[in-house]
Order: sequence, then C-alpha cells, then structure tokens
Amino acid sequence: MTFTQANSTAVSIPSVTLIDARGPRFGAAITSIILAIALVAHSPVVIAISFAFFLIGAIRGPQFTPQGLFFKKFVKPRLSGETPTEDARPPRFAQQVGLAFTVVALVAGVASWSAVFTVAVALCLAAALLNAVFNFCLGCEIYLLSVRLRSR
Amino acid sequence: MIVVGLTLAFGLWHKASRSRITAKKATLTPVLTETELGQAFGSRATFVQFSSAFCSPCRATKALLTEVTADLPDVVHVDIDAESHLHLIRRLSINSTPTTLILNRDGVEVGRAVGAPKRDQVLAALAAIL
Repeated sequence: MTFTQANSTAVSIPSVTLIDARGPRFGAAITSIILAIALVAHSPVVIAISFAFFLIGAIRGPQFTPQGLFFKKFVKPRLSGETPTEDARPPRFAQQVGLAFTVVALVAGVASWSAVFTVAVALCLAAALLNAVFNFCLGCEIYLLSVRLRSR
Repeated sequence: MIVVGLTLAFGLWHKASRSRITAKKATLTPVLTETELGQAFGSRATFVQFSSAFCSPCRATKALLTEVTADLPDVVHVDIDAESHLHLIRRLSINSTPTTLILNRDGVEVGRAVGAPKRDQVLAALAAIL
C-alpha cells in the first residue's frame, strides 16, 4: 500500500508513475462530449468508441488513451506554469469504473435494452462531467465504500 | 440536459461540502486510543488522516499536513491506510478519502476535514485548540 501505516514508519512505495494532473481532466472533457453524443444519438457505435478509449485507459493508464496522447502532443506544449503531477493510479481507477459502465451500455445497446443503455450512459456521462468540471476524484469517493461493502 | 443539470448541481453541492473543516460538538470521549493510533497523541493536537491508494488529494493533504506539523513539536500527523483499517473506518464513519480528524491532546475529535483542506483552514483549526 502507498501510505504510511498507523503502526509503522515510512513504507516505501514501489515505482509510482507520476503524470501531468491536467491530462486526465482534459481527457474527461473529451469523454464527456463523446458520451453526450452517444446519449443523444442513442448510438451503440459511439459507445463502442468510448469503450475502446476506456479499455486503453483501464489497462495501460489514462496517459495512453487517444485523449491522453492528444493532450501530451498538442495541449501540454501550450500550457504555461508549473506542471502539477499526480499518481497515475487514481485516474486509472476512474477509467476502470468508466469501462464497467460502458460495458453495460454496450451490451444493452447491442441487445436493444433501451432503458438500461440510457441509464448506464447517463451515469458514465455524469461521472466524466464531474471529473472535467470539478476535478472530481472518483477513487476518493467510491473506492473506500466499495471496500467497505465487499468486506461486510 | 437533465443529466448535465443534475451533475452540475451535485458537483457544486459536493464542492461546497468538501471545502470546510467542520467543528465537532464538545464531547469528552476520545475517538481513538494511542494503541490504535500506534503512537502517542500530540501534546496539543493530532491530525489523523485516512488515505487510500486511488486518491490524488490524499497525497496533497499528506504533504500539507507534514509540512505544517514539521515546525510544531506539540502537533502530530498520522497517515493511516483506510483500506487496511476497516474497523476504524466503520467506527469513525469515514466514507471517503482523504478524511482528516483533528484530535485534542486527550484524543477527543474536535474537528473533521473531508477532502483536501487548505493551509489557512488547517492553521485556523489548530489555533482554535489551545
């Protein structure tokens, strides 16, 4: 685990990947747009694109998604000021949550379960928007709750 | 449009609720023992921070509290991994990370910061503990 335990001093952290903290937020803005299009057009094809992006982010990390690469190549060089960095794991966890939602949406879309599709895409869009607009930390809010529920 | 509206409303509410340190009503009961904490309470105050792996603001909070307490020998900062201390999490009603409890010298919770606190909030909370 990353953090110092209560009953021991400094636990060393094995190779934490640090990324530009603005990257995942930019990526979430793009994701929000894609998901909004999917919701309005009710399109499984558009969700498939979003699913593919989340798949890359969930497995390799958010810095390797098309949005992440675009940010690195075109957006980052135009940003000034000090680069805020963050651990790559929290945004990667968020990508995994996004992946879970888009899997449900994709299956529902292909199977023509219209209501399920709408709800799954809407929840995913809400999470992505919170991330883009408020820098919402999904891992902070739901990871602990999920651990609490699983171990009950 | 509904989704966007609800999301933005939730976001604003969430942001407002996370950007303050709530003072606790005066009680005399310690919330933790020094044994559970793994070390002695600070002679003035103790910050008990609960963190998890998938949490960026936890790192920022840890850095801030480490820095603030560095010059204060009577204030202790302890960072606890929430996931491996679920019994404490349940007992103390901690639902998200980072959550930082501010304890007085007797281990009584006098304040709580949910989310990453700001420097001046931390200093103000400390100033309130004599």
